[in-house]
Amino acid sequence: MPTGTLTNAAPLIKVENLYRYYGQRAAVQDLSLTLAKGEILGLLGPNGAGKTSTLQMLSGNLAPSAGRILIDGVDLLDEPLAAKAAIGYLPEIPPLYPDLTVDEYLLYCAALHRLPATKRRGACDSARERCGLKDVGRRIIGNLSKGYQQRVGIAQAILHSPAVVILDEPTVGLDPIQIREVRALISELGKEHGVILSTHILPEVQAVCSRVQIVHRGRTVFSDSLAGLAERMEILSVVLECRQLPPIKDLRAIEGVQSAEKLDNRRARLRLAPDADPVEAIATLAVKNKWGLRGLTPEYKSLEQVFVDITTADDAQSDVESAA
Amino acid sequence: MMAFTIAWRELRNLFLSPLAWVLLFAVQLIHGWLFAVYVEGVLAAPPNGVTGVTDLVAGNLFGVASFLMLLVVPLLSMRLFSEERRNGSLTLLLSAPVRVSEIVLGKYLGLMGLLALMVALLTAMPLSLAAGTQLDYGKLAAEGLGLLLLLSAFAAAGLFMSTLTRQPVVAAIASFGLLMFLWVISSLGRGNLHLSSGLHYLSLLDHYFSLLRGTFDSADVIFYLLFSIVFLSLSMWRLDSARLQA
Repeated sequence: MPTGTLTNAAPLIKVENLYRYYGQRAAVQDLSLTLAKGEILGLLGPNGAGKTSTLQMLSGNLAPSAGRILIDGVDLLDEPLAAKAAIGYLPEIPPLYPDLTVDEYLLYCAALHRLPATKRRGACDSARERCGLKDVGRRIIGNLSKGYQQRVGIAQAILHSPAVVILDEPTVGLDPIQIREVRALISELGKEHGVILSTHILPEVQAVCSRVQIVHRGRTVFSDSLAGLAERMEILSVVLECRQLPPIKDLRAIEGVQSAEKLDNRRARLRLAPDADPVEAIATLAVKNKWGLRGLTPEYKSLEQVFVDITTADDAQSDVESAA
Repeated sequence: MMAFTIAWRELRNLFLSPLAWVLLFAVQLIHGWLFAVYVEGVLAAPPNGVTGVTDLVAGNLFGVASFLMLLVVPLLSMRLFSEERRNGSLTLLLSAPVRVSEIVLGKYLGLMGLLALMVALLTAMPLSLAAGTQLDYGKLAAEGLGLLLLLSAFAAAGLFMSTLTRQPVVAAIASFGLLMFLWVISSLGRGNLHLSSGLHYLSLLDHYFSLLRGTFDSADVIFYLLFSIVFLSLSMWRLDSARLQA
């Protein structure tokens, strides 16, 4: 059996040309992805983009219409039991039994994952500890708050230390403090396991993921490292704030500044030429000419903007295709 | 064997809800009441030797029990899959390294555990008469086995119905309807000999009553086993195809 140590030889997840149709409607089209050990892949997309369907297929809950899924080198469709043993899956709705206590539930999950009886207790305790559930082992799941229930769901997914952890919108419905805790937990998981998570919250991707794959209408429209995504978020403009704003034409004359517009008596927005970095020059000039510099704020292209650019570009393209 | 792990959990889950306790209480109360009535009858008019105490008490008791359980089993089986599908916990079983056959069998065996307990409690009542009179143990065993077989058929049908819907109540009504129909099916064929014998074979009731009379015919036993296997297979097929369509 392939083990987690042979990661260079085979990726933990390898998905090739996945398709899924619901009747005539294609939820997932020609989607491919890979996940290596120590990676946290963020599956990003608007609602209805096919994220959940993809994760359901990866976890063996949904049969793909076409395509191949290899989990840790094992074909999920040919050998479902061996492949599923390497997966921990947290669906959108945590699969909990509200009548059980946390301990009862986790011990049952451990048994379902065929952990030997002697190791179940230990696995259950360590999963509880990692998910911040130390004190609630004997509480009834149905009486726990939503945040704790979500954590029980995560504990269930990492209980048997699977090679791959699949999390479908793990922070949905949590309060900001819980979100931070869950994100910290995910980063922690990424060190030992391969993690794939779906979200439509952009900052979440920035906070935890090492790689991003943006899906839209069931297709991959962008796939790169987080650095690659950051590159798309270049500085577009700077806002200059001075006690005495110089004439706009002087600002336009600075090298690297494409255009300038006056916002009010104190502030002006300077649009930068591509690949230019005139910020230092502006600061020097401001000091030399005694403008009374108060602020120089860079304006990045936001992740939202990048996201909208990518998805709308895809829309435009598919419109052209369908018109042709 | 993973099916036993699931069965054990399912049985304990049944007892975590008040439903199982309430049903056990109600069934036991009614059976106990009827048992007392039948014993009273025997005491008032002692049997003349042709039909013994076993027939008068146990035979009547098991006859009524079968009809009572027709109402009770759908209430117990309705939650097996529909509730798990509704609150999303079925995903836990489907994404664990467990076969669909093990899931279905586990749930079935869990429910059968509770039903076997009910049969045991019921059988204990006529058995208690052994303290004061002579019992026909062979007949009592045939009756107990007959009821258990009948309930295993009920449970399999109920389990299948609960894989079809997310609404436990719909599952209960559907399985009740199906069982009721199969209960009375033999009455449809009156007058037509060929139809009658075919429908007679399909009737859940007729096979049971031949066991109650003390006739241990392997055809009756096989009928119930086949009935259960068919519905369990249908359930497995249904869960598998849910993965394809849903």
